[in-house]
Amino acid sequence: MPGPIVDARGLHKHFGALHVLKGVDLRVAERELVFVIGPSGSGKSTLLRCLNRLEEPSSGSVVVDGIDMLDPRTDINHARQRIGMVFQSFNLYPHMTALGNVTLALRKVAGKSRAEAEALGRAALERVGLADRAAHTPGKLSGGQQQRVAIARAIALEPRVMLFDEPTSALDPELVGSVLEVMRSLRESGMTMIVVSHEMGFARNAADRVVFMDGGAIVEEGPPATIFERPAHERTRAFIGQIQRH
Amino acid sequence: MSSWSRFAETFLNAKVMHRYLPDILSGVVVTIELALLIVATGIAAGLALALLRSLGIRPLNWLIIAVVDLFRALPPLVVIVLIYFGLPSAGLAPSGFVSTWLSLAFVLMAFSEEIFWAGITSVDRGQWEAARSTGLTFGQTLMSVVLPQAFRLTIPPLTNRAIAITKGTALGTVVAVTEILGQASSAMSNSYNPSPLMMGAAAYLVLFLPVVVAARWVETRFAWKR
Repeated sequence: MPGPIVDARGLHKHFGALHVLKGVDLRVAERELVFVIGPSGSGKSTLLRCLNRLEEPSSGSVVVDGIDMLDPRTDINHARQRIGMVFQSFNLYPHMTALGNVTLALRKVAGKSRAEAEALGRAALERVGLADRAAHTPGKLSGGQQQRVAIARAIALEPRVMLFDEPTSALDPELVGSVLEVMRSLRESGMTMIVVSHEMGFARNAADRVVFMDGGAIVEEGPPATIFERPAHERTRAFIGQIQRH
Repeated sequence: MSSWSRFAETFLNAKVMHRYLPDILSGVVVTIELALLIVATGIAAGLALALLRSLGIRPLNWLIIAVVDLFRALPPLVVIVLIYFGLPSAGLAPSGFVSTWLSLAFVLMAFSEEIFWAGITSVDRGQWEAARSTGLTFGQTLMSVVLPQAFRLTIPPLTNRAIAITKGTALGTVVAVTEILGQASSAMSNSYNPSPLMMGAAAYLVLFLPVVVAARWVETRFAWKR
């Protein structure tokens, strides 16, 4: 069995006096879809952001696709191309069209010509079902469409891993499905994905593993059926019970 | 003599106006030269300071803030006088034109640095994160993602400030710059008639009204819907 594509060990993160991550280990195999759940403030978003070093871990190690992310000699901008990230608030560039959003890094980071970048960008928009929205600015798109453009922006760079930070939390309920649909098709194409989300239905169907975090540490992890139906820990049971009541 | 013709004789005296028109026009040229120099260098320097400040080097930022606060606090006239009468003791003797240019450019630099800085910091942190997560460098993110958004926010306050500062070119009279107001007031004392001052006022209107209108156009042109 090949080594994990994401290998984070002993991650600690302090924000001043706040100890947000308290020694987290996370290993993710290629093509695996890992769901990270937990109450707000449990450190799950911080964990995700440490993986591409948007957040600087206080200590520990992060290796993604064989690259030591925390080594000062690592070209972090080059390494980040391999790690796509999707944010809760989409964070599309409001002054560019959908295609402009998708092609910016292709041109500036991957060094593609404008024509190449646009061809790849259109293909990425096609994959998220928005080929016909290429010329629209984010303000003219619905929340669900914006998030799909954001996914296209990330996958256009052909990342090895995709990180999703609560991708559907800011969406109206009727728009959630279209984003989950795109995530499902990404999964089917074999993308390795780490998803922070409370979409339990999606987790049940699609996740290989569910990780439950609380208080800056991983409490337990396992297949979705185990975590959702027969959690070993009281804290997990309480949390699952709470979100299922809603 | 009716009161209107008395007024016209005093303030709109055709003979005086005709006589001093060339002086006023040469003043207009000087004012335009000064204004363009001040706006170009002041805004460029302000942007450069804001970009330096965004690097987040602490001692450098303290220095920038100190300089900016100094020039925002001092009346422009004081700066002009300090440079014109003060620099010669340091072995430099800038002309009145250069003193006025430098002084007002420093003041505009200070205000525009603050305006650019406010624009840069008002761009959502998520924009930085999204761009950096795709591998864009700090500089690329600043240039392609943050500044274009910041500029739109800065255009209205920047045009207001630029107009206010360029009207300050009139302060150049104090150090013998022959701009509009300088020409108008010397013509006024030579002719014992305030008509040249009216010409000066008209010249300011002709100069600055188009700028104000153009600023309004630029604002709508650059507005975008979120």
